[in-house]
Amino acid sequence: MNRAIRRLGGLLAVLLAALLVNVTCQQVLFAGETKDRPGNQRTVLEEYDRERGPILVGVDPVARSIPTDDEYKYLRVYSQGQMFAPVTGFYSLLYGSTGIERTENPILNGDSDLFFVDRIQQLLSGRSPQGGGVTLTLNASAQRAAFEGLSGKVGSVLALEPGTGAILAMASSPSYDPNQLANHDLKKIQEYYEKLQADPKKPMLNRPLVSNPPPGSSFKLVTAAAALESGRYNPNSVIPGPARYRLPGTSRDIPNWNGQACGPGGKVTLAQALAISCNTAFAWLGNQLGQDALRGQAEKFGFGTSMTVPMRAATSRFPSDLDAAQTAMSAIGQFDVSATTLQMALVGSGIGNGGIVMNPYLVKEVRGPDMRVVQTASPSQFGRALSAENASAEMSMMVGVVNSGTGSNARIPGIQVGGKTGTAETGDGRPATAWFVAVAPADSPRVAVAVAIEDAGGGEVSGNGLAAPIARAVIQAILGSR
Amino acid sequence: MTTQAALPAKAEVRASRRVPGARRNTELILLILAWLVGAYAYANVGLGTEGRLPENLALVIGLVGVLFIGAHVCVRIWAPIADPLLLPVAALLNFLGLSMIHRIDVAEKLRALRNEGPLPSGDMPAQLIWTTLALVLFAGVLVTVRDHRRLQRYTYTAMVAGVVLLLLPMLPVIGSTVNGATLWVQLGPLSFQPSELAKILLTIFFAGYLVVKRDSLALVRRKFLGLGIPRARDLGPILVAWLIALGILAVQKDLGTALMFFGLFVSMLYLATQRKTWLIIGSVMFLFAAVLGYLAFGHVRLRVQVWLDTWSYANDQGYQIAQSLFGLANGGIMGTGLGQGYPQFVPFAKTDFIAAALGEELGLVGFMAILLLYGVIIERALRTAIICRDPFGKLLAAGLGTVLALQVFVVIGGVTRLIPLTGLTTPWLSYGGSALVANWIMLALLLRISDRARRTNLEQSPQVVIKP
Repeated sequence: MNRAIRRLGGLLAVLLAALLVNVTCQQVLFAGETKDRPGNQRTVLEEYDRERGPILVGVDPVARSIPTDDEYKYLRVYSQGQMFAPVTGFYSLLYGSTGIERTENPILNGDSDLFFVDRIQQLLSGRSPQGGGVTLTLNASAQRAAFEGLSGKVGSVLALEPGTGAILAMASSPSYDPNQLANHDLKKIQEYYEKLQADPKKPMLNRPLVSNPPPGSSFKLVTAAAALESGRYNPNSVIPGPARYRLPGTSRDIPNWNGQACGPGGKVTLAQALAISCNTAFAWLGNQLGQDALRGQAEKFGFGTSMTVPMRAATSRFPSDLDAAQTAMSAIGQFDVSATTLQMALVGSGIGNGGIVMNPYLVKEVRGPDMRVVQTASPSQFGRALSAENASAEMSMMVGVVNSGTGSNARIPGIQVGGKTGTAETGDGRPATAWFVAVAPADSPRVAVAVAIEDAGGGEVSGNGLAAPIARAVIQAILGSR
Repeated sequence: MTTQAALPAKAEVRASRRVPGARRNTELILLILAWLVGAYAYANVGLGTEGRLPENLALVIGLVGVLFIGAHVCVRIWAPIADPLLLPVAALLNFLGLSMIHRIDVAEKLRALRNEGPLPSGDMPAQLIWTTLALVLFAGVLVTVRDHRRLQRYTYTAMVAGVVLLLLPMLPVIGSTVNGATLWVQLGPLSFQPSELAKILLTIFFAGYLVVKRDSLALVRRKFLGLGIPRARDLGPILVAWLIALGILAVQKDLGTALMFFGLFVSMLYLATQRKTWLIIGSVMFLFAAVLGYLAFGHVRLRVQVWLDTWSYANDQGYQIAQSLFGLANGGIMGTGLGQGYPQFVPFAKTDFIAAALGEELGLVGFMAILLLYGVIIERALRTAIICRDPFGKLLAAGLGTVLALQVFVVIGGVTRLIPLTGLTTPWLSYGGSALVANWIMLALLLRISDRARRTNLEQSPQVVIKP
């Protein structure tokens, strides 16, 4: 019988070996994958167990972790939470995280490979692991100006540094308080979250990146750029600007916003057409240039590209397969053209930066657990949208919009501001979106800002009336704080 | 095989002092080592959870120490030549189980404190009482069963008792379904898992039965592909066992228990007849039963689906296994350290899922060590079977080792998602009195057979002479 016992022993040893192999798989080989699966409280708890690094604006932490004496050792605290919420996002026990809290998680929780040496030191010295910090590109006073400007409205502001692509302000309204999602009372978190979800104004929507209504007349900046780039037009080219423009192949007309012709005899220069936002002139121009030229120009500014700042922004669109009537409508930013606030800021930024569009970014520096800078962002080009000469020419045209056109509310004494108003009809009965895109100072731009107010009243004035003052306040905040 | 009556106890004690192969001192040293490891683990739980030593540290480790020494003295007196590894390894598993149960108790207490709810009383003290009782019964078996061959007389009694125990959970009123599997009997406040005791009784029955029937069952008329084909009428016993396994599957709805009992029978059938054919026939029959169970019973089907696609069920039916895997992943190679993981997130962490709790806090290293501890007991059981001279003892020792191996495979394989989950307990580790008692009784039987087998061997080796 002994041979049989030995054989059976061999079989049982195989069972034991299978257990050993399987345990190795579960605890080592599959462990990383398992840890990242949804519903794993341990990963969350482990993160709450260590001091998460701060998110800084300048030297001030807008998000930081403070020790507590409950189950989770640290509490995430947001100073001025509502103002910075579109950027920081939240860090919640129940709902995970969003914004920088999510995209920069490996840095903030200390798991990033950048901190390899720090981790070994922590391990050797027996100190508890600590996260690194993230310094944002935001300008605190610009952010405040944007947030306060949006107060009581539904809309967003995004300001860029044209030369680098650094995001100086990124505000959304209405906003929410990330503190109320980051506290440790699960019931309260849930109540607050459900309240936010039920709010028809969608406070948690990150409007500057995600909301993409039609850009309306502000898109004329793109059409004008395409005209200049075609080589067939300069700012002084005279083009037709009658009171009404018959959409080709239809019996419908596009009117100008004041119902009148844009110039004597229905003729107008390109610069003047932009300054007074002449619909008929740009609709005509759109068909002269053709949909491919318009789309090509739009894509050079970033339309059709999914940007990450590092949060992913919605893709702005210029539609394809257009007939002549649709091309005319698209040339003035209507029909199916859609743009995020970020995208329109990029348009202004490209014009202001001598034609070169820079990739937008929010993280300026990565800091180690000891707050030493371990990585600094290096600006990168998205691409050239128009030649330096054309950029400079269009910049001058934009100054004309503010100084003698529809953008009068963006004027700042002593500073040449370029701008463009816009009012986009978003559909039957839905409120229009008021736009303002501004670049300043005109001779060497330091800021490009786009403002979108989604519940504007209507009429061309609203871009100037609602959005331009906010753009002006943001520009003043940036130029005033050096 | 020598036939001899039990020696007087006094002579045995003397023998243990004289016989160089007895190795009782080795056992004592290992037992002290096991106690030290367990005590360290227990102290560590307090340090890891509350930052201080447990309040009742001295009492608990003192009591466990007394119990261990008591068990050792019993072995010294009543099974002096028995294998020296069995007791320390089982003792270590038992102590580790106590520490882990205490660790979950602390987690539950802390949670209650946070939620300002009523403080739970904790299960560790009860498990300690059960350990005491189990070791008393362990000693009782060593004292009363002086010769394991006497058990052969109770072959059919064991069968009846074993089958009745297996059927108990199926009875209305006292039967109770936990976690989908009907493995429990509820008598007022007391609940126990009768399959634990049944596994010993049925091993005794299989051993006794097969010793008698093995010659006819080994008969071969024809050969096919080099394998002997048994006679049709000899298929009777395996068919009965198979039907019982199917019954377990149908009523208890537990694939693992069915596998354990049927696997045990087929293994012992193979040992008794030495015909590999039985293993093959058994495997085919089991697969057939498993498919049948899968098709016929929704609960079995669900378990299999959850096993194959755990993550899709992670929030409902697969919650336990998903939590178990989260815990194991969290533990990694070195473990979080006792008191520093979250084993309490896994439902049934003290009973069915204690292996996951240990895996999380002791890591892969600790988990492997625990598996190897089981490996040692299983190996020692088979070794005992090999050196044992009487066929009944051989079958019984090998059967006990096999049933332990199958149970460990089924439970730990289930918890770690190697196979579908079952509702059995982890021997010596899990919280639960009936299981603990049954496993210590099983260990006493192994020690008894070992003592007898080694004694016979030592007597026959020329240089050692035992004088009564």
